[in-house]
Amino acid sequence: MSDPDHTDALEQQIDEWRSYLSRRQAIHAADVTELEDHLREQVAVLVEAGLGADEAFLVAVKRMGDLDSLSRDFALEHSERLWKQLVVPSDPAGSRARIQTDAVVAFCVAVAAALAIKVPALFGIHLDQNASFYARNLSLFVLPFLAGYFVWKRRLQSATVRWLAVAFVVAAVFANVYPFVPGGNTEALAALHLPIALWLVVGIAYAGDRWRQVGGRMDFVRFSGELFIYYVLIALGGGVLMAFMAMIFQAIGVDVEPLFESWLLPCGGVGAVVVASWLVEAKQSVIENMAPVLTRLFTPLFAVVLVAFLVTSLLTGRGVDIDRNVLIAFDLLLVVVLGLLLYSVSARDPHSPPGVFDVVQVVLVVSALLADAVALWAIAARITEFGFTPNRIAALGENVILLVNLTWSAVLYIRFVRGRGLFAAVERWQTDYLPVYALWAGVVVIVFPVVFAYI
Amino acid sequence: MEISKDLIAASSTPIVLAILAEEDSYGYAILQRVRELSGGHLEWTDGMLYPVLHRLGRLGHVEARWEVAENGRRRKYYRITSRGLAQLEEERTQWQVVDATLRDVWQTLSFVDRTCRPMSPSLSQGA
Repeated sequence: MSDPDHTDALEQQIDEWRSYLSRRQAIHAADVTELEDHLREQVAVLVEAGLGADEAFLVAVKRMGDLDSLSRDFALEHSERLWKQLVVPSDPAGSRARIQTDAVVAFCVAVAAALAIKVPALFGIHLDQNASFYARNLSLFVLPFLAGYFVWKRRLQSATVRWLAVAFVVAAVFANVYPFVPGGNTEALAALHLPIALWLVVGIAYAGDRWRQVGGRMDFVRFSGELFIYYVLIALGGGVLMAFMAMIFQAIGVDVEPLFESWLLPCGGVGAVVVASWLVEAKQSVIENMAPVLTRLFTPLFAVVLVAFLVTSLLTGRGVDIDRNVLIAFDLLLVVVLGLLLYSVSARDPHSPPGVFDVVQVVLVVSALLADAVALWAIAARITEFGFTPNRIAALGENVILLVNLTWSAVLYIRFVRGRGLFAAVERWQTDYLPVYALWAGVVVIVFPVVFAYI
Repeated sequence: MEISKDLIAASSTPIVLAILAEEDSYGYAILQRVRELSGGHLEWTDGMLYPVLHRLGRLGHVEARWEVAENGRRRKYYRITSRGLAQLEEERTQWQVVDATLRDVWQTLSFVDRTCRPMSPSLSQGA
C-alpha cells in the first residue's frame, strides 16, 4: 500500500467496482458504501498478509461473491426497490427542497389554470350556453399556464418570454375576432387546430435555449408522449372518483351532477394538464418512459395489420370505398404511424447498429405509405366531384404533410438499415419537421376562416 | 466440506444475532467472527451477509447506525434490539430441539449407510 502507484491503481479498481455495483437497481448507494467498506478492509487484511494490491483486490472481489447473485439477494430482501418510487424521492436532502418548491409551484399553476377557466363565467359566458366560445379558447386556458410553469422552471430570458406572450395574445385574438357562422366548419377546424399550433409555443418554453438543438426538441417529443399517457391515467382516475362521488351522494339524495359539469370537469381537466406535466418532469429520470414501451408493443402489431390490409386489397381487388370520413381515417392512421416512429426514434440509442426492430419499423412506415397512396389515389380521382370544403382541404393538407414526413423518414430509415446512413439523420429530420405541423395548424386557424367565409 | 446453501441460509439468523448479542459489530467483523467460530467450515460468500443484516433490520431484530471508523471511512454498525434478543432465544430453543433430534437419529436409529457398500449385480437387477 505504501507504493503510490499501486494505491492509485487500487483506487481506480475500487472505483470501477463501485460504479459497476451502483448500476444494480436493487443495490442502493448506502449499500454500496457498506460493501465498499467491507472490500477495503478485506483488501487491507490481505495486503497485510503479504499479497500485492492487485491480487488482494481480486481475492476480495471473489470473496464478495458473484455480483448477479448478490444483486438477486438484495432484490429478494428489498423487492420494493425494483419498483421505482416517485412519491418518496430518495434523493439527498439538498434536492428535496427543490423538488418540494417545484411541486408547490406546479400545484399553484394548476389551481390558477383551474380558476381561469371559471373567469368567463363571471362575465356571463357559461359553458352550457356558449360551448363554442369554450371550444375555441380551451387551449388558451391551459397552455399559457403550462408555458408559464416552464418559463419559471427553466428561468427563460425575458426576450423569449415576450415572444411566447405575443404568440398567446395573437392566438387569443384570432380565436375570437372572426365572425364565425355558428356551428360552421371553419370554427370547428380552428378549435381543433389552435391547440396544435400552441403546443409548439409550449415546446419552445419547455426546451428553452435548447429549442434549436435536436436534443431539446426530442426531449419535448418525449415529454409530449409521457404527458399524454399521464393525462389519460389521471383522467381515468378522475372518472372513477366522480363515479364514486355521484354514487355515494345519490345514496343520500343529493344530485352532484351540476357540480360535475360546471366545476369538476372543466377545472379538473385543465388543472390535470399542469399536474401531469409536473409529474412527467419529476419522474423523467425515475421511471422508465412509457411511450417507447407502448411503441415497442404496437409497432409490430400495426405493421402486421397494415401488411394484411395491403395484401387483402391487392388479392380481392377492392378499391378504397370513398366516403367523407375516409380521408380523416387515413390521416389518423398516418398520425399513429408517425407517433410509433417518433417514439421509437426518441428511445433509440443512435449509436447502436440496425436490428430486427428497425426492419419492422421500415415495414410499418412503407406499408402505411402504400395504404395511404391507395386512399389518396381514389380520392384524387374524384376530389373535384366532391368539391373543396374546408374540412376536406384541411384533411388533405394534413395528409400531404404526414406523407412528406413519412416518405422522407422511410428513405432515411432504409438508408440506415442498409448501413448507408446514420440514425441521427432520422432523428434530425423528425425534429426539424416539428414546426411544420404548427405552421399548418396556424394556417388553418388564421387563413381558412377568411378564405371560406367563416362557414 | 461444503455446507449446502439452505443450511447456511437457515443458520445465518441465529449466528448473526448471537454475534451481535455479544457486542455491536459491522459486516466484515461479523464475517471474521463466523469464520473463527466455525473453524473455517462455514464459508459464507461475503456479499450474502448484507441482505441478511438488512432483513434482520426490517424485522426489527437489529438496528443500524453509521459511524466513521478510525481510518476515516464510513462504516455501518449493527446493534441487536430487545426484539432481536427474544428472537435469538426463540431460535436457540428451536435449534436445540433440532440438534437433540439429530443427535438421537445418528445414535439410536439403526440405518445402514448404503453409500459405503458396493451393490451386488443381482440386487440391482432384482430392483
